[in-house]
Amino acid sequence: MSIAATQKRGFGTVLWDYLTTVDHKKIAHLYLFGGGFFFLLGGLEALFIRIQLITPENDFLSAGLYNEMITMHGTTMIFLAAMPLLLGLMNAVMPLQIGARDVAFPFLNSLGLWLFMFGGILLNLSWFLGGAPDSGWTSYAPLSIQSPGHGVDFYVLGLQIAGAGTLIGGINFLATVVTMRAPGMTYMRMPLFTWATFITSVLILFAFPALTVGLFLLMFDRMFGSAFFDVALGGNTIIWQHLFWIFGHPEVYILILPAFGLFSDIFSTFSRKRLFGYTAMVFATMLIAFLGFMVWAHHMFTVGLGPVANSIFAIATMAIAVPTGIKIFNWLATMWGGSIKINSAMLWSLGFIPTFTIGGMTGVMLGSSVADYQYHDTYFVVAHFHYVIVGGTVFGILAGLHYWWPKMFGRILHEGMGKFTFWVFMIGFHLTFFIQHFLGLMGMPRRYWVFLEDQGLDLGNLISTIGAFLMAIAVIVFLYNVVHTAIKGDKAPADPYDGRTLEWTTASPPAHYNFKQLPLVRGLDPLWIEKTEGKGKMTPAEPLGDIHMPNGSILPFIMSLGFFIAGIGFIFQVDHSAWLIAVYVGMAIAIGCMLIRSLKDDHGHHIHKEELEREAD
Amino acid sequence: MRGWMGKFKSLFLLSALALVLAGCGKENLTALVPKGYGAESSMNLIILSTIIMLFVFVVVILVYVIVLIRFRRKKGQENYIPKQVEGNKTLETVWTIIPIILVLILAVPTVAATFDLADDSNASEHINVDVTGNQYWWHFDYAGEEFQTSQDLYIPTGEKVYLNMLSSDVIHSLWIPSISGKMDVNPENVNTMYIEAYEEGVYWGKCAELCGPSHSLMDFKVIAVSPEEYDQWVEDMQSVDPEAEPQDAVAQDGKAAFEENSCMSCHAIGSSPAAVGPNLTNFGDRSKIAGFLDPTKKNLVDWLMDPESIKPGNKMTGNYPELSEDEASSIAEYLMQLQPSEITPESAGK
Amino acid sequence: MSQDHSLNPETMPAEPEKATLEGKNKFFGLWFFLGGETVLFASLFGTYLALKNSTAGGPTSNDLFGLELVFLMTILLLTSSLTSVYAMYHMKNNEFKKMQLWLGITALLGLGFLACEIYEFAHYITDYGFTFRSSAFGSAFYTLVSFHGGHVIFGLSWLIALMVRNAKRGLNLYNAPKFNTFSLYWHFIDVVWVFIFTVVYLMGKVV
Repeated sequence: MSIAATQKRGFGTVLWDYLTTVDHKKIAHLYLFGGGFFFLLGGLEALFIRIQLITPENDFLSAGLYNEMITMHGTTMIFLAAMPLLLGLMNAVMPLQIGARDVAFPFLNSLGLWLFMFGGILLNLSWFLGGAPDSGWTSYAPLSIQSPGHGVDFYVLGLQIAGAGTLIGGINFLATVVTMRAPGMTYMRMPLFTWATFITSVLILFAFPALTVGLFLLMFDRMFGSAFFDVALGGNTIIWQHLFWIFGHPEVYILILPAFGLFSDIFSTFSRKRLFGYTAMVFATMLIAFLGFMVWAHHMFTVGLGPVANSIFAIATMAIAVPTGIKIFNWLATMWGGSIKINSAMLWSLGFIPTFTIGGMTGVMLGSSVADYQYHDTYFVVAHFHYVIVGGTVFGILAGLHYWWPKMFGRILHEGMGKFTFWVFMIGFHLTFFIQHFLGLMGMPRRYWVFLEDQGLDLGNLISTIGAFLMAIAVIVFLYNVVHTAIKGDKAPADPYDGRTLEWTTASPPAHYNFKQLPLVRGLDPLWIEKTEGKGKMTPAEPLGDIHMPNGSILPFIMSLGFFIAGIGFIFQVDHSAWLIAVYVGMAIAIGCMLIRSLKDDHGHHIHKEELEREAD
Repeated sequence: MRGWMGKFKSLFLLSALALVLAGCGKENLTALVPKGYGAESSMNLIILSTIIMLFVFVVVILVYVIVLIRFRRKKGQENYIPKQVEGNKTLETVWTIIPIILVLILAVPTVAATFDLADDSNASEHINVDVTGNQYWWHFDYAGEEFQTSQDLYIPTGEKVYLNMLSSDVIHSLWIPSISGKMDVNPENVNTMYIEAYEEGVYWGKCAELCGPSHSLMDFKVIAVSPEEYDQWVEDMQSVDPEAEPQDAVAQDGKAAFEENSCMSCHAIGSSPAAVGPNLTNFGDRSKIAGFLDPTKKNLVDWLMDPESIKPGNKMTGNYPELSEDEASSIAEYLMQLQPSEITPESAGK
Repeated sequence: MSQDHSLNPETMPAEPEKATLEGKNKFFGLWFFLGGETVLFASLFGTYLALKNSTAGGPTSNDLFGLELVFLMTILLLTSSLTSVYAMYHMKNNEFKKMQLWLGITALLGLGFLACEIYEFAHYITDYGFTFRSSAFGSAFYTLVSFHGGHVIFGLSWLIALMVRNAKRGLNLYNAPKFNTFSLYWHFIDVVWVFIFTVVYLMGKVV
């Protein structure tokens, strides 16, 4: 299916195609579109925050609106921007990297996507329906219980729906990696990005249910009069903090491990060297994931858990520095002795190393519990997690986008604009956040609507705001680059970068069945092996035959819509019981879709051998 | 020549010093210039961890720069295929072991300090203050004494003062950056931490856990005075006569207006352990109004007339009859005359 | 339905539930899902343990719980797990009728369990005035036990839908994985109940 043919189709056809698709590559497009949209929204919120803090005692935003802004900025960026963008990259690339034709559960893949979309929309509807949530992205009880209006209700239901989607996505990836690897693709031959996807999915699987429970408790307290966080009836507000961070800390690694994975692939490709210490890299990833579950209470050093708990969690936290250090040095060693080519994808990866090292350093510093008594909940922490999440995850997403754009969309992003974006963003980023380490120690707690005059905080905040605008400029240039590339970008060959892994053996973009014949994998970096020892292309592992593919379905979209309607109903039934109708209708739609899905057989369809033979290589 | 160089040198040093000082933030607010026990413990670990981490950073950046200079693909190398290296056991062991050692170097003093700061076994031998966090003000009840203050916490220098903290509503976090790190103020269990100030002075305290719209305005002060002055202050506070009539007529009107407008249903003048609103016994001595405004009569009148515009979401708004300008003015006069002690933030701050 | 012949082979393989890629996917997918469910229930158990003594002056676990009924419920659910094992045994032998029979017994036992649970809740509410809103203990108790009960309801609906849908056409490689994943899910529900029995009811009587 060529691009010209796609363009000839009407808008309605394309729309219907995307609404019903179960093709992991199209689902990736939708994840990137949705995540990108929410990224811009979250960025806009960030700019409002920085404008408010440009001078002391500014009144650009009111106190209430400011709290809504910080809450929505954090929630949007974590749940609706960073994660979907990563899930988009995983969807686009991981099945190609293991030599699969699709994922294990194409239907569920689509369901996960639409749940995320509708969850995100539901959360953001709060802006128009009485105010956004205002208790911070962490929504600590009892502030979140006492928060007036429906803001926090939107937070609860929106995240519950979007979170369910993420969980489904995680299970899907796990099963895909376990059962659908191409012949010869053993676990220890998988590219690091695939490994990262796999381990990240494990983290999603074990972390999200804790959030699910936390959100249910919050929902019951706010809507149905339960007493989990009501101290007068024996409730305990610390439970929320535990549940939130049992989810929340692994979440940090859910965000960073995929970036680690794709950086490994990029360093290796653009140094023309195999990854240094592959085995160590895999086990370091596992160790980080494992330790990620053991350190949640380092977000709670000041809660008063006592010195024993604080010490244990402090040591566990510092221990994570060890596998992370292994990774940094292995990346450097991969490049050492290589033949390094620097383009935009590589620039973002190179920018990541010093930036993330700073973020990791401050992470260890924060792990020292007594030092954390000073850092906690100040701009030092804000600086730290932006160094990690922007310097790691966002740099990673941008590196991945530049790297795989040709594979995903068939065209290469403009190099000049790519490099401009990188430099402006990089400078803006460090301007914004480096100074914040000091602002925090100078006595500026986070989530402060205003800072007072004559506290020595003016200059730092001004610099920070200027940096934020530079980042905004960079993002605008990137957007222009995307549009420019879509209209007149260079067509990409199948393997534009002298790649090493299986995704570069498919066309750019790949046919919807990915591989006409499944490839036979003979080792790590299979394409590279064929290039150096073989004929430069993969040996097929099977004769040409019929290909079984899943059918598209509109059910995931409708099912998610049902949950969305039920969510609205839940939020407003507190005001008037008539809204319960929306709950029933929404749930009926969702359950009806499930029944249809269960009771109606769906055997998929076959692409016949003759058809495949007709299509050019 | 040398004179010029010397001048230049001293000028350079001076400006560098000014930069460093400015870079450390405002004295008595910044955590970077510790003036109390907790802050010093934290600062020691901050410095230690920074040194260790800078060492790692320098190593990483050194390798990084060498890699970027030596191994970039140069013209004529388009077809160069580097040697494919699987790994190197020795190297990988080195960069596993060294971080472990570095982490241990940091972990040992961290654990020691954690237990040190959590030690409240001798609490009963020291001054204890029961702290209540409220949206958006702090209540300090001096255990064993018959008085309370709000917003201004007086402590003697060189002595441990134990703060037993509980919240009346949402979670707050008490932070006095120059004296001590922070600890959360939870609604369900009392958290204890001790503070000790080394020098006399007025220190900024802040709330560090999001607690609502006016979270950023929930400031308070710690007034550290010499032990003798502290004893004097305690005596002054204990001998307050809450019923005492003010001297001048305006203030007397103010006292009457204060009583008529149901201010007393929330605020106490004199001892009252359970407080709905801030205790006003030593209001005239306070360093700030509403936690952050300068103590001028105009600011106080503005506050009394429309607290919502100053501290959004506060619990005072709408809970008392609307005041006329005159009433507000006379109440302000009355409140500002509540000055039971010679020991004040002004005297402590010099 | 062009490939129906491949899903209805002359002789069923030994493990019909894992004979196709879809079947394998379902098998692994469900196991992973149960991993997530484990964390879900662990979080609920944690919450319950933290709040079980927060009765706010209301009835305590010792006042409320009667072990006779709970013991009966445990027997019902454990037996239903066993009967579902029989059903799977017959599935592997391609004896559809027998499988349906044992699944039917499983469903009846599950319904019996649910009836007991509803009776139990009604008893606490009417005789003790002990509700979801009484205290933090009440909230935590009803939430934990109802989450389990909700899983039982979902499992029963799933089972009945499967039995009705496939009643006429018998076993094939398309629906065998579905029956198998149901039985795995049902075992999981059973295991969770064993924990509830121990942590909530037995420990509730002891303390």
